[in-house]
Amino acid sequence: MITSLRVRAAVVSIAIFLAFIGVWHLATRSTGTAATMSPEYAKLMGLTANTGKSAMPGPLDVGAKLWEHLKQPFYDNGPNDKGLGIQLGYSVGRVGLGYLIAVIVAIPLGFLIGMSPLMNKALDPFIQVLKPISPLAWMPLALYTIKDSSLSAIFVIFICSVWPMLLNTAFGVAAVRKEWINVARTLEVGTFRRAFTVILPAAAPTILTGMRISIGIAWLVIVAAEMLVGGTGIGYFVWNEWNNLSITNVIIAILMIGLVGMLLDQILARFTRMVTFPE
Amino acid sequence: MSSNKFISIEGIAKRYPQPSGGTTTTFEDLWLSMPSGEFGCIIGHSGCGKTTVLNILAGLDEPSDGTVIVDGQAISGTSLDRAVIFQSHALLPWMTVMGNIAYAVSSKWRKWDNAKVRAHAQIYIDKVGLTGSEHKRPSELSGGMKQRVGIARALSITPKIMLMDEPFSALDALTRGTLQDEVRRVTLETGQTTFMITHDVDEAMYLADKIFLMTNGPGAVLAEIVENPLPKDRSRIDLHKHPQYYALRNHIIDFLVTRSKTFTSITPNHDPRNVPVVRPAFTEAVVTGASVMPSLASATR
Ligand SMILES: Nc1ncnc2c1ncn2[C@@H]1O[C@H](COP(=O)(O)OP(=O)(O)O)[C@@H](O)[C@H]1O
Ligand SMILES: [Mg+2]
Repeated sequence: MITSLRVRAAVVSIAIFLAFIGVWHLATRSTGTAATMSPEYAKLMGLTANTGKSAMPGPLDVGAKLWEHLKQPFYDNGPNDKGLGIQLGYSVGRVGLGYLIAVIVAIPLGFLIGMSPLMNKALDPFIQVLKPISPLAWMPLALYTIKDSSLSAIFVIFICSVWPMLLNTAFGVAAVRKEWINVARTLEVGTFRRAFTVILPAAAPTILTGMRISIGIAWLVIVAAEMLVGGTGIGYFVWNEWNNLSITNVIIAILMIGLVGMLLDQILARFTRMVTFPE
Repeated sequence: MSSNKFISIEGIAKRYPQPSGGTTTTFEDLWLSMPSGEFGCIIGHSGCGKTTVLNILAGLDEPSDGTVIVDGQAISGTSLDRAVIFQSHALLPWMTVMGNIAYAVSSKWRKWDNAKVRAHAQIYIDKVGLTGSEHKRPSELSGGMKQRVGIARALSITPKIMLMDEPFSALDALTRGTLQDEVRRVTLETGQTTFMITHDVDEAMYLADKIFLMTNGPGAVLAEIVENPLPKDRSRIDLHKHPQYYALRNHIIDFLVTRSKTFTSITPNHDPRNVPVVRPAFTEAVVTGASVMPSLASATR
């Protein structure tokens, strides 16, 4: 009863996890020979089909494979056989680059839109039309114009992460409390200094919230983008392992995508806390 | 400046377009002047346009008509010569107490180095009794302390005029009293010209040399200028012991309760350029504009 909520929540979390692993294990364990399967069909279903074991790997298989990957995350045996660390590195690199370009474009443009009602009205129709376009719809156009698959993926990341940042920056800048602006005005603070000393710190929590949404979307999109363009990256890895019918590796990749996504989100959450001020 | 018109508001008006077409006039042809070193208070009901007048003086708002002249020059926009103390204190919450004041100081003296800015800011932090709280953020301060920072920030830029829009209305009575003492002490010490809006009659009587009475809006007018008959060395605690206290208080309250509504209709030939100056005493004495100013006794009937 006295144990804190945190401890109790942790206990429940562990119980859920163990129950999940248990059910998974039971559902995928061997059931003896599968007699009724024709050899051709068994072949189609993969190596394990006629041993009576489910084609779906159990938690122990995944655990063992995961351990292998973790022991050697950065090996490189040619184009179709690279360590998980290398693949994730490619993806994080693309996301980082596309995202960085989006920051450089979105924040100044958001400031302009937020500070100028004219630009706000003038750019609004473009934003309204461009924003709902699925970032992957840009892919053919990007491939055609840029002619480089890796750069195209970066472009797609840019285009998907630019909108939340742009809109949040514009909103945050426009919503800065009038009295703070008036303080700067009565002190005869110039436009440039005002932007950096009053508007930026006042809008920073809103801007960072937009950046956090953007990094989440970018990480969602990179997997799909890499499945399309191929070559390297965790998205390509998933697709490649599916073609190899290695469900174990697919599951491991899914797990890794989740973990890295969480990490990226936590980094942005920390930055958001750093710029948030109590009122 | 020894001029009697250090601040001179000359025929300002403020009109807003109505959504249905036409315009609402908040006030029209408002004239008001104040000599240097005086403390003026505007009293009037909510919505009569007090904040608008103050914002126009500050340069935060523009009049639809007329001009404001300060120290012989028509104002245009805001200026470091006119510091504003906001009702909501308007401290920048991401800066410390020192940061907020240093921001104002470095805005006025842009070439000063950091040490000089902080030393100057410290003087004003000490002056308002916030020594030791330099590194606190506004969220860690009480309402009264926040408003002290606001006052220190305004004073730190040594403005020609200090403008205050109901600076103490959000504070409890005890804190309000101490801050009133503080403001009185500082303004007397420095001979600061100050212009303040208040709802609180006692506050106006304690602080102001002149009290400007505004009628209800829309179409508000400056009805009367009341000269404070209480001695210059008055203290807040013994205010009510002065022989003129009740005459002054009753005069203002009477204005707020009845005459602010009826003034425009009973006084059709009120001259906005020549507003009567009243100095309430035991017997209501009208100093100027005797013809347009009915006596207190007849006005209350
Ligand atoms: N943007 C606006 N549009 C229309 N009317 C306004 C606007 N701003 C203020 N007003 C009107 O001007 C009047 C004076 O407001 P204000 O100066 O704030 O009064 P006070 O400070 O005396 O309470 C109010 O009646 C208000 O309705
Ligand atoms: Mg007001």
